[in-house]
Amino acid sequence: MFAYFIRRILASIPVMLVVALFVFLLLRLSPGDPAAIIAGDMASPTQLANIRAALGLDQPLHIQFFVWLGELVRGNFGTSLISQTPVLTMIGQRLEPTGSLAVVAMLFTVIIAIPLGVIAAWCHGRFLDKLVMSASVVGFSVPVFVIGYLLIQLFALELGWLPVQGFRSLSEGIAPFASRIVLPALTLSSIYIALIARMTRASMLEVLDEDYIRTARAKGLPERAVLFRHALRNAAVPILTVIGTGFALMISGVVVTESVFNIPGLGRLIVDAVLARDYPVIQALILLTAGLYVIINLLIDLSYAITDPRIRY
Amino acid sequence: MMTDAPILEVEELVVETSGRKPSRILDAISFTINAGETLCLVGESGSGKSVTSLATMGLLPPGALVAQSGCIRLAGEDVLTATPAKLLSLRGRHMAMIFQEPMTALNPVLSVGRQLDEVLCQHTSQTGPQRRARVLEVFEQVHLPDVERIYASYPHQLSGGQRQRIMIAMALLLKPQLLIADEPTTALDVTTQHQILALIKQLQREHGTAVLFITHDMGVVVDIADRVCVMHHGQLVESGPVDQVLGSPQEAYTQRLLAAVPSLLPRPPREATSNKTVLEVQSLEKVFNANQGVLRWLRKPVTPTRAVDDVSFVLKRGRTLGVVGESGSGKSTLARCVMRLITPTGGNIRVSGKQITELPKSMLKPHRKRIQMIFQDPNRSLNPRMTVGQSLIEGPTNYGTSRREALARGRELLELVGLPVDAIDRYPHQFSGGQRQRIAIARALAMEPEVIVADEAVSALDVSVQAQVLTLLHEIQLRLGIAVLFITHDLRVAAQICDDVLVMQRGRLIEYGPAAQVLGQPEAEYTRQLMEAAPGRGWDFAAGAPVKPRFSPVEAH
Repeated sequence: MFAYFIRRILASIPVMLVVALFVFLLLRLSPGDPAAIIAGDMASPTQLANIRAALGLDQPLHIQFFVWLGELVRGNFGTSLISQTPVLTMIGQRLEPTGSLAVVAMLFTVIIAIPLGVIAAWCHGRFLDKLVMSASVVGFSVPVFVIGYLLIQLFALELGWLPVQGFRSLSEGIAPFASRIVLPALTLSSIYIALIARMTRASMLEVLDEDYIRTARAKGLPERAVLFRHALRNAAVPILTVIGTGFALMISGVVVTESVFNIPGLGRLIVDAVLARDYPVIQALILLTAGLYVIINLLIDLSYAITDPRIRY
Repeated sequence: MMTDAPILEVEELVVETSGRKPSRILDAISFTINAGETLCLVGESGSGKSVTSLATMGLLPPGALVAQSGCIRLAGEDVLTATPAKLLSLRGRHMAMIFQEPMTALNPVLSVGRQLDEVLCQHTSQTGPQRRARVLEVFEQVHLPDVERIYASYPHQLSGGQRQRIMIAMALLLKPQLLIADEPTTALDVTTQHQILALIKQLQREHGTAVLFITHDMGVVVDIADRVCVMHHGQLVESGPVDQVLGSPQEAYTQRLLAAVPSLLPRPPREATSNKTVLEVQSLEKVFNANQGVLRWLRKPVTPTRAVDDVSFVLKRGRTLGVVGESGSGKSTLARCVMRLITPTGGNIRVSGKQITELPKSMLKPHRKRIQMIFQDPNRSLNPRMTVGQSLIEGPTNYGTSRREALARGRELLELVGLPVDAIDRYPHQFSGGQRQRIAIARALAMEPEVIVADEAVSALDVSVQAQVLTLLHEIQLRLGIAVLFITHDLRVAAQICDDVLVMQRGRLIEYGPAAQVLGQPEAEYTRQLMEAAPGRGWDFAAGAPVKPRFSPVEAH
């Protein structure tokens, strides 16, 4: 297992290199000159040339790439073309809000969706199943911002239980952090709850037909043990896959939620950087997301081996 | 050990499908089982024997089957009206069940020790070490080796026989009064089956358990039953002590069922009709080598598996060669090599004198039509989205026959295999298992082959249907002179259909010769073991009486 882990880590290096090259070329080949954006409309050609030279934009492409790559390896992701702050600092500031939002949202998802899916499968075809399935259609089809505003309307404005928006770091205390993270996390998780509840139900339905479930019942086990101990673990592999990819998608899909709740997170950083053609920031963010996907995929694969003893690497 | 107190009483049990138009699955079934007694429920598929066992366990699938009336009394409690909590304690404590398929009846993601521990956890208040000790003790009772290791093993790390022992251990943990065994040995090899049956008998003697044993195999009935209940279409046709039911069956259905059981005594040899060799295999070898591919030096070296090792035989026109052996003996790999579905690693295969061992795909095509295959499970070997006609003509049209001609030939073939001509436009699901196997035979014949390879072609069929399909194969062989390579694990079937028999074990040829000789006076120790393990070898179904010992060189006077 450990050897497999090391092999997978090594195998991810070429993947990341290809991503880096792709990211670099994609942005360099797209129209729009960052030097022109920085210099503004009134700049003379000499000013433009000076800015280009200062940013290294006058070098041939492959030189630019290797310079950039060399810096990356040393942990230097460059400075933002717009704000002149190091990219790593910018991302660092934004990482906590988005990270906590994603983690809490995923926690909600798992806690709510898996029991819902299990119960729906257990009551297959009956009222409770139909209720859960209809609710999941709502979860899928109502846009995230609508759910966000509805939750704000109900819990913040009508009931006054929670603040309307904003973010407090966990270091400022549990209460301020939790009170501000609950609503955005619920909002963000709605679609994942719908997705994973459905996935769990489908996977459970398949497993509940298996012979060993009949064996478990014949042993005189209560339904709770049959469902959670025997069925759910066997149904886990597809559910884990969706949770993993869901989590990775969440990181890049938080933009709307962050806007609705005015959270200074990565999602909004991405949007701002793309609109301003802030290359170093965009590159760093894409690399970060790609790295995250690689790590999460590895964790998912390892979790398969933990839930299913037949899988050995 | 027999006492008169009935452990289980089933009275006038009626089970119907739920829904608007209920159909009757069990029609007023009544029987009792006493302590220390084994009652066999026998019948063909769809006779309702498994439903009876599930109803007894209170495990009828909810929303699909309902017990309409009658009662099932176990330890003075009616299973049908018991509260859910009472039912949970009845299961495990008073009754336990062993299922047919040991491969799927155990949870693959929990260690087997844990799966047994769970039963004790649920039904007793023993401490952890006590429970562990009890589980290990029961493992010893079912003769599992190295119990500590087995305790921590997962089901996929154990053999089929070991898994079935685990199931039995699980059933015996709480010393139930009633053990329900639903086809517990059907999925096992004969030697393993023999051991498991002996184990159930031994444990029954020791604990005085009542056993409800469900099987379709008359041989197993002979070996294990005290009393027999014959079931047919949800009704109890006949019941009584085993000697009486098998020796002098009263009902026509029972008589038919018994008559269909193939005898272990090889049939009289057939006259050879032709001297033409259609299939010749010389020192065939197939080695599965895991150490292949670009990254082979990165992997741990694995010992190559010799699935087929130096096997030779000759098949003449119009003859049937049986390949018998237990699972893992290499019979199916041999069949696949002969079909050239896989490429052998050594030796020669000649079809009608033409060497096909190493022909590339493109040059193999003209030879493919000479050798056709019939598979085990007719429910899965026919494409469910193609009509019978489409399945029948696909092969011939690939070889250039016109559609119209192929369809005309298809109709003839359907008649030949005893199916109505209008079957050509219907889909496989509209036929029964036996009919589907007839379609599969017709499909193989459509190519006008010289050799048919039948891989366990009747193993999935009920005994009466099996008899019909075997007769059909025999007739077709007489008419068309086709040679058949018949792969089977069932020695009874082999004895009735084969001219020659080849016994395989772990890829090697153990014994090869005329059926009467190999199965009648086996020379190899392994063949003898196989014959000894065949269920019901002590009973002659045709005569309805025990057989005289056959293997002793001198007849007892």
